[in-house]
This record gives sequence, C-alpha cells and structure tokens, in this order.
Amino acid sequence: MASAFERIAEIIAENSEVKRDAITPDSHVINDLGIDSLDFLDIVFAIDKAFGIKVPVESWTQEVNAGTAPPEKYFVMKNLATRVEELVAAKAG
Amino acid sequence: MLLEYFSMIDRVMSLGPETITAVSKVPESSPVFEGHFPGHPLVPGVLLIETMAQASGYLLLSRIDFARMPFLASVKEAKLRSFVAPLAELTIEATLVHDGSGYAVTSARIMAEGKRICDAELTFRIMDFPDPGLEEAMRTRAAQIGLTPS
Repeated sequence: MASAFERIAEIIAENSEVKRDAITPDSHVINDLGIDSLDFLDIVFAIDKAFGIKVPVESWTQEVNAGTAPPEKYFVMKNLATRVEELVAAKAG
Repeated sequence: MLLEYFSMIDRVMSLGPETITAVSKVPESSPVFEGHFPGHPLVPGVLLIETMAQASGYLLLSRIDFARMPFLASVKEAKLRSFVAPLAELTIEATLVHDGSGYAVTSARIMAEGKRICDAELTFRIMDFPDPGLEEAMRTRAAQIGLTPS
C-alpha cells in the first residue's frame, strides 16, 4: 500500500496543475506548490474520500491564524502526511 | 420561480438529514426570456445550475440550522440534458455527498415529467454569514418555501 505521502502527492497532481515530480516531502502546499484555495478544497475532498477521514482544515487554519501552530505543521507535505496518518489511526481507534 | 430575482425554489416537498426535494414552476414570462432567446424562450443552463445549487444550499442550511452560509464554489460533471421552456414544472433533488471541514459536496438533479433535465456535483464553502441581513433573508426565504426539519 502506498504511503500517505505518496497518495497525497498523487491527489495533488490529479487535482491541480502541479506535476507529481515537483512534489517533495519538504514542499509547502501553498507557498511552494502554489495551490490556490479552490484547488485545495478539491484536494481535501479527495483526501477525505481516499482515507475515509475528515481533515479538520478549519481548525488547522484557525490555529495558524491565531499563531498557536506554525503553518508548516499542517501545510508542508511530510507533516501533512503525518497529520493524515494520525487521523486515520485515530479513526481506527 | 422568479428568474430575474434568482428566486429558483418554489416549495420544499421533503427534507431529510442528507436529502432534499423541492419543486418549481417556470414562469410564463420573464425578462430573462427576452434575451434567452428572442422568439424561443428557454431557461438558461446557468440558472438550472443555480436552481440545483439553491436546493443544495437549503439542504446544507438546514443541516447546520442556519449557523453559516453555503457559497457555491465549484460545479463538476454538469450535464444539461434537456431544454426547459416556460411553464415547465421542475422537481429538484439534492443529496449530500460529503460533509467536510468548512465545505460540503452535493449531488443534484432536476427532473420534469419523469425526464432528467440536468445534473451536477456541487461543492460549497461553508462560511460565516458576511452580513446579518443575509442570514435574516435566508431564514425568511426558507420559511416561505416551507423549509422545515423533517
């Protein structure tokens, strides 16, 4: 089974104009890959479906905007993959 | 249905946690028909999509008890299958596909006389009401069309 990072990278390539080989573990989804908010919506929907979870984008964004979490925690690819794996594990109980 | 006022839903017929069915009757005349098209009035496809979006929007508003406002963000797989002329009686159905964080996806379609008119997958951003007047207007309009929890 593909890693969360690999699957998320595929999803981003499928739902935006970003080429798969441009996506690395250190890519910032917005700053480096240039994903706009509408493409990000499609990407989150695809991640939700692919992993059977509900990515809490709103609370993540609130944390970042409030300064209680750095953007990198959620929006750098390797960290995003880790967050998704945590959500999958939490759902599995 | 008042096309020029974007008042697309006449009546909610049924409402469940994840589905809504509404009806609308296309008016006999409208300024919209003066341009679309002269001598051959047809409901513009974009207004059929708007009709599906409004039905979906009322479903989403109901689910969150009007706490926030769904704004149409994307339209996918839209198929406009049949023309819609004045006096057509439309049945609009919308079903929740996914309830995400700050967004929702619905699948919607319009039927008339048992025939598929159009269908699409719609994505909405769910945002705070930008103005209290909009929330009040949405609640008022919802009550007018009979939007009540089942």
